[in-house]
Amino acid sequence: MKPPAFDYLRAGNISEALEGLAQQGSDARVLAGGQSLMAMLNMRLAKPKLLIDIMRIKELRQIERKGDAVVIGAGVRQADLLAWPDLAEALPLVALALPWVGHMQTRSRGTICGSLAHADPSAEMPLALVALGGEVLLRNARRRRRVVAKDFFAGMMLTARADDELIEGISLPVAKVSRFAFREVARRHGDFAIVACAAMRTPAGVRLAVGGVADVPTARDWPRLEGSALDDALNAFAWELGARDDVHASARYRRDLVRMIGRDLIGEVLQ
Amino acid sequence: MTRLKADSRHAVRFTLNGTSVEAEAEPRMLLSDFLRHQLGATGTHVGCEHGVCGACTIVVDGMLTRSCLTLAAQVDDCELRTVEGLAPSADRLGVLQQAFRRNHALQCGFCTAGILMSLDHYLARNPNPSEAEIRDLLSGHICRCTGYTPIIKAALEAAAELASSNKETSDA
Repeated sequence: MKPPAFDYLRAGNISEALEGLAQQGSDARVLAGGQSLMAMLNMRLAKPKLLIDIMRIKELRQIERKGDAVVIGAGVRQADLLAWPDLAEALPLVALALPWVGHMQTRSRGTICGSLAHADPSAEMPLALVALGGEVLLRNARRRRRVVAKDFFAGMMLTARADDELIEGISLPVAKVSRFAFREVARRHGDFAIVACAAMRTPAGVRLAVGGVADVPTARDWPRLEGSALDDALNAFAWELGARDDVHASARYRRDLVRMIGRDLIGEVLQ
Repeated sequence: MTRLKADSRHAVRFTLNGTSVEAEAEPRMLLSDFLRHQLGATGTHVGCEHGVCGACTIVVDGMLTRSCLTLAAQVDDCELRTVEGLAPSADRLGVLQQAFRRNHALQCGFCTAGILMSLDHYLARNPNPSEAEIRDLLSGHICRCTGYTPIIKAALEAAAELASSNKETSDA
């Protein structure tokens, strides 16, 4: 339960971090809040040769409003975002979901982008990113690119980030008049979700995003549906997610939760 | 840029409960092990070593921190508080510690150091907590002895005592 040996690089600015990534490639890991990566290292599920600590890079520590979007830097801790005064107004869905991420003792260190990089299929922040249609801002030594949420998550704990790329931040759309709802079922508060759902009203109807069931958080848009049409749509969606049995819950229970929570949340946002 | 080599030891300096300390660590050394083995500060306990049990919780630069999910190298130049810093003097317990003792809020004591650090940090910022808030805070710790109820009672009692001792008693 001790990490394997690695070099440790404390990056003073973004170019130093990118240089480390360019040199070491897949043998390097970026260390931000450490709340997922350090556990992986302690359990030796990851064995990098180089850790690049980005938490002393001031320019990554910012939460910025840029027109219709909020840009959250890679060094922004979950507790920093929870304490951001504009959160409830600009990102109401994130305000609902963030208190479900880990515990107060881990949100104080863990970062928003670190949770996205880890890409656990049950985690709340990947679900929020997919539900909101946010973008991940990636950068290597030569270029920058933006990847939309649904293309970023490639599989269970797999993302579209290349080995030499740093997640510089994410961009989330500022909420307009839409209504949002979030609910999660877990063994205890703070545990990974068995099923987590986020719903929002859209111009055309409603969107439901589900985490904890498929390998990646998945969103579905519908026009305004009611009664048995809504039940049928939710049932079809629950089956399409391909739930599996595991030690925490059966596939059937997960489908049940998607149908029940989905119906409740859609009712809430369309009220 | 600072690059520390995997196979050699490097100096790590920080402030521990108000005192400057320095010792050497390999990059892979966990802060929990650094505190206990290099500095002899064994008040911080080590349970699961993957951030779940909360026994190793300390405060780094005002942030609650799992010391088992933190490298010693990461806290260079930081300010650390551990359970050794809670008592006002070697022969006296702090208000929260006294409340734990009165209420039997510890049995084996393994989880206690971490829980005390979480509560001390939380009560300083939230002087009038509800039982639900204390329960939510304690969800980040695992105690296998007490069943949590005495811990919640001790926390609420300490909060009340701290609040009344902080009340203004003079117009001067």
